[in-house]
Amino acid sequence: MPRFMRVMAIGAATVLLAAVPPASAQQAGGTQAGAQAGTQAPPQPAAGQADQSAQALRAELDRLRQEFDAVKQQYADRLAALDAKLTAMEAAKPAPTPAAAPAAPEAPVAPPSAALSKVFNPDIAVIGDFLGAAGHNRVAPTSSALEMHETELSFQAVVDPYARADFFLTLGPDGGINVEEGYLTFTSLPGGFLLKVGKLHSAFGKVNQMHNHVLPWTDRPLMTENLVGGEDGISDAGLSVARLIPNRFMFLEATAEAYRGESAIFHAPSRGDLTYVGHLRGYQDLSEAANVDLGASVAYGHNGFSPDSTTRLIGIDATFRYRPLRMALYHRFLARTELVWSRRSELTGKPESFGAYVSGEYQLAERWFGGVRLDYADRATDPTLTDKGGSVILTYWPSEFSQVRGQLRRTRYAEGVTANEFLFQFLFSIGAHGAHPF
Amino acid sequence: MHNRFSLFVAAALMLAGARPACAGGKINIVTATEDLAALAREVGGDRVEVDSLARGYQDPHFVEPKPSFILKLNRADLLIVVGRELEIGWLPPLITQSRNSKIQPGAAGYLDASLTARILELPTGQVTRAMGDVHPLGNPHYWLDPDNGRRIAQAIEKKLAEMSPGDAASFAAHYADFDRRLSAAEKRWDGEMAPYRGMKIVTYHRSWPNFAERFGLDVVAYIEPRPGIPPSPSHTLELMQEMKRQGVKIMLVEPYFDLKTPDAIARDTGAKVLVMAPSVGGEKETTDYLKLFDYDINMLTTAFKQVSGK
Repeated sequence: MPRFMRVMAIGAATVLLAAVPPASAQQAGGTQAGAQAGTQAPPQPAAGQADQSAQALRAELDRLRQEFDAVKQQYADRLAALDAKLTAMEAAKPAPTPAAAPAAPEAPVAPPSAALSKVFNPDIAVIGDFLGAAGHNRVAPTSSALEMHETELSFQAVVDPYARADFFLTLGPDGGINVEEGYLTFTSLPGGFLLKVGKLHSAFGKVNQMHNHVLPWTDRPLMTENLVGGEDGISDAGLSVARLIPNRFMFLEATAEAYRGESAIFHAPSRGDLTYVGHLRGYQDLSEAANVDLGASVAYGHNGFSPDSTTRLIGIDATFRYRPLRMALYHRFLARTELVWSRRSELTGKPESFGAYVSGEYQLAERWFGGVRLDYADRATDPTLTDKGGSVILTYWPSEFSQVRGQLRRTRYAEGVTANEFLFQFLFSIGAHGAHPF
Repeated sequence: MHNRFSLFVAAALMLAGARPACAGGKINIVTATEDLAALAREVGGDRVEVDSLARGYQDPHFVEPKPSFILKLNRADLLIVVGRELEIGWLPPLITQSRNSKIQPGAAGYLDASLTARILELPTGQVTRAMGDVHPLGNPHYWLDPDNGRRIAQAIEKKLAEMSPGDAASFAAHYADFDRRLSAAEKRWDGEMAPYRGMKIVTYHRSWPNFAERFGLDVVAYIEPRPGIPPSPSHTLELMQEMKRQGVKIMLVEPYFDLKTPDAIARDTGAKVLVMAPSVGGEKETTDYLKLFDYDINMLTTAFKQVSGK
């Protein structure tokens, strides 16, 4: 029992000292005096045993009080010492200079203390995507001739020994902020799984997974616009599990995903109506310079047209790359196609639409890239309406961190209208050096 | 709807299966570059399987992160990287997708070879990209100093002994043998290069500071106006004047750069263009770490002899 009380008393002293700022030590003393007065005032016990036990109690109380005082003194001393140390440190610190002092050249390996505090900050980058448009488009006009189309902020870091996190926030032309992607990747799961949890660009095909700044065009193919949800595409909150399938022939990866069911093309009427996406990717090196990358995708979910109406997408993609290693800085070629079949079940029928693009990019010189794209896409709700288009693209890279791109685009819309446009784009990035997508 | 979700879970579980087995008892090492692979072979001997992702004639800054590399990383017991952000543009997503907890940065099977090496060009002031594609952690081409080769080999020996204590004696013996051969070769290289100490050279990229420091060469300028920025006409003109003024007769070019600008400079200044191997595997003769220096030093001394008559 006494031990318990002692612990209580020390605990109380600690709480008191923690709660009361050091300057008000007097007040603490006052409280203690009050407590003393209180202990001296108990009614006198009658006599005999009661008297003895009361004396014992008083002795015990006195002892506790002494202990309490000792603890208090210790804490007061420690606080005073800390206070003194702090003052000394403040005095020793030189006045802050406006420019960050460079690291001492004789010890360049040790980062300055200011850098140490940032060591756990995520890698941060900002990517600007400035778009301009000229020409006429009466069917799908861009909102303005010049716009800061998108500003992407990325924050990426390792979370713990088991996972990493990647956040991509985008600000639109009007300043609205959007979590384009924000997910956790478990890198160390047993069984060879790679699990992503969060908001993701779904693994449907190729273009759907690409951020604007890694596209080889200023826009997205008509197929994406008409059938796969346009710029935002299938991007939703959910889970993605990918696994390598061991075999002797090629790189084979299967991905299964489940999403909340709210994206540009899927709308869940009730909570259980999730969107499901499956993707199979096969990759094979043909030589050290050339390779093929093949994919098959399926996506299924409710489209929100009516409680029971659904959309099913099936996609195939194929990419051929050629990049001679010795001349990798100067020449590369990439040809890609994606085909998508969409089937919607609606009250009025089951429209089945098809869309595809074929694109090629060739690096002409260290800083110059030329490209071509041909588009074909039915409208998702009415396959009798078909849009067709073609583009020629020229891209210049002043450095790895900025690009200037021009695109001549001709679109023949189903309405019988032809739009000829010139689109141009400035892409620029600052901050941490992100990896190049493949 | 729940049925469909359980189907999804079932499908995910069905994808599970046996992981590919690792090579029979050997430590499976994957390295970022062929130099590290050569050093790992020196130390590991027949107790290790070594594979490099980048080739020696490829610019190690710009390697394509091919999915076939994911398969190699997936099976690796040890990943050795050059570090100093050399591989930042391609290796991190491959490691993430490797599904291999052993080789994640910070894990026991991840070795950054630069940690024990002597690093040059550590920026001391503020670093901005106005300087080009600078490496804020110092010049990553540090393996071109034989003493750094020794240090890397030693770090690999330590790591391998940690991973396979039973073979520690074998790794130590291999390291000692490599150290002895390297020391003997260094004496030879120093002797061959001695007449040319202080010679002025120009290099394409900043790939050679460690090599130049070790063998007493004076790099007076670069063909790139800034690291990673392609040659510009105005910079090339200035460079040609500077080379004539200082009497620079040798230009070192890595095998993955276009020779158009160096050749034009050579025609104007009379200097020689040497396509040197910056890495093991950079030329077909440079099959291991010692042969890399044999090749480069032979090429250099031959050229110096021609231009200086010494």
